[in-house]
Amino acid sequence: MRERGDMDTGLYRTMRLIRRFEERAIELVHAGEIIGGIHPYIGQEAIAAGVCAALRDDDVITSTHRGHGHVLAKGADPVRMLAELTGRATGLNQGRGGSMHAADFGKGIYGANGIVGAGGAIATGAAWAAVKEGSDRVAVSFFGDGAVNQGVLLETFNLAALWRLPVLFVCENNGYATTLTVAQAVAGSITARAEAFGIPAVSVDGTDAVAVLTAARDAVARGRAGGGPSFLEATAYRFDAHHTWEHKARVRYRADEEVAAGRSRDPLDVLGVGLPEGVRAELDAQVEATLAEAVAFALDSPRPDPARALDHLYATGLRGRDGTGLLDTAVR
Amino acid sequence: MARLSYLKALQRALADEMARDDSVCVLGEDIGVGVNNVTTGLLAKHGPARVVDTPLSEQAFTSFATGAALAGLRPVIEFQIPSLLFLVFEQIANQAHKFSLMTGGQAKVPVTYFVPGSGSRSGWAGQHSDHPYGLFAHVGVKTVVPATPEDAYGLFLTAIRDDDPVVLFAPAGALGVRGDVDLDALGPVPLGVGRVHRAGTDVTVVAVGHLVQAALGVAEQLADQFSVEVFDPRSLYPFDWDGLAASVAKTGRLVVVDDSNRMCGIAGEILATAAEQMRLTVPPKRVTRPDGAVLPFARELDLAVQPQQDQLLTAVQEVCKSSR
Repeated sequence: MRERGDMDTGLYRTMRLIRRFEERAIELVHAGEIIGGIHPYIGQEAIAAGVCAALRDDDVITSTHRGHGHVLAKGADPVRMLAELTGRATGLNQGRGGSMHAADFGKGIYGANGIVGAGGAIATGAAWAAVKEGSDRVAVSFFGDGAVNQGVLLETFNLAALWRLPVLFVCENNGYATTLTVAQAVAGSITARAEAFGIPAVSVDGTDAVAVLTAARDAVARGRAGGGPSFLEATAYRFDAHHTWEHKARVRYRADEEVAAGRSRDPLDVLGVGLPEGVRAELDAQVEATLAEAVAFALDSPRPDPARALDHLYATGLRGRDGTGLLDTAVR
Repeated sequence: MARLSYLKALQRALADEMARDDSVCVLGEDIGVGVNNVTTGLLAKHGPARVVDTPLSEQAFTSFATGAALAGLRPVIEFQIPSLLFLVFEQIANQAHKFSLMTGGQAKVPVTYFVPGSGSRSGWAGQHSDHPYGLFAHVGVKTVVPATPEDAYGLFLTAIRDDDPVVLFAPAGALGVRGDVDLDALGPVPLGVGRVHRAGTDVTVVAVGHLVQAALGVAEQLADQFSVEVFDPRSLYPFDWDGLAASVAKTGRLVVVDDSNRMCGIAGEILATAAEQMRLTVPPKRVTRPDGAVLPFARELDLAVQPQQDQLLTAVQEVCKSSR
């Protein structure tokens, strides 16, 4: 039982970290400290936490526009992550990526991605590289229900299955592609799309972190053993807006009753009610302390130097011509 | 010295790099058989783990290569048709190219995309005959267009070794070019360094890719009237602006010949930069495909929208005769 207890505690801590990270980030959006807004992951925390708990540090993930949960669950430092969101030089990406491109290659995090469905082929290529070097690393590509209508992702399913690559496709079905429902957008079933390529596919309750972890472990074990790709559909409800612009735009596409019903099954409570007395409060307090540190660090951090806006444009250090007169064009 | 064709030079460069560096692998359609004669023999030598015949899924295998590159490999992708680059523009311009900056320098994407037979191959019509090198230069993807066998070899080598994505256009009109080369002296050609194929003092002709041959032809035709310098940028991005400036400083006159569409094309960029930064003694000219050209099928129509040596001759004569 102790093992189960440790597992539950770890999953809960990750979910709580993501939840509170998102809530603090939304505050910072409203305060004008995070420009451009974010896509909150609130309500889907059990999916990132469960899947990433089945992974090693050297495993690879690709994420989405709604990526904070995956990046945090895979082990990125929340302090440097928040510094990235606030556009600071101390951020994970030195302020060059922001919410939609947060990455930490040292942790196998090949980045959030601004284009729906774009991470699938990248993860699959990374899985191929792992096989070629004789490693049993796996790659996971997270995407939403909207991505199953992207042709490149369907092409990728074919490559992954054809070449039996150790990749896990995780479809987070939160019911909506921005405002379009799955019923309006997806013909047939989501899992059937993977099954059509011979990829084993299962659906799990994406609010149950333990169920997600159990399914992910099976898939990851299959990948490590050379059994090829797997597909996991995890259903959950997005508690907040598609993007924080909705907080101002006040678009209405979900009935109040539906939102209330969705929020009534909170993944943190699904797991949290089973935690021993006092443990949950202790974990919550730890997360608060981490995030207090993260916010303070982010807001105290220096902003990047405008003259170096295009540093890192080329891995080789190539410098193009300036266009605004503001850049330091000296080769570094 | 040995006789080497442009196509053989490409083949040799890829074979040499694969033999030298285990992280180099090649992906593409029908490359096992080698229908374009560049990947010939590689499957037998290196096996299917490094020479990967892909299904017709250009978008997937282009980003697949990005993922492999992020994980440490050095993939080379062959595209049979230049217009396929439109299909994967997202995967190259919006994904592979942006990783380094967006990640704050954490990631590099050393992928080479090459098109053996870019531009018109006569009779392949609207969807197989484009020359979209300017698009890649515009978004900042390293872009090379070699004109000679030794440059085809050297630039292909450099592209594969470069830590950033590089697109290599091998124009159909250049594939048959042969040259006497010292095989032992073949080696990498740096990006952003142009080449003066023929020195001159009256006018600088900047020629891209296969049009270098046309420019050399014009220089010879006009040899007893004007001294024509033929400047081949070799790589369009980065571009050898210093090399061009040195040539224009000498001649004061400029003509650009570029087998791509006129609007927002590389020729326009070259003229604009010359006008901003170089001392031109007379207005420059460019010879290009027309605005928005879609190559029509019939031979007369196909030829009517591609720059030819005759039009370059006329442009050079006009620029040379115009008064200061």
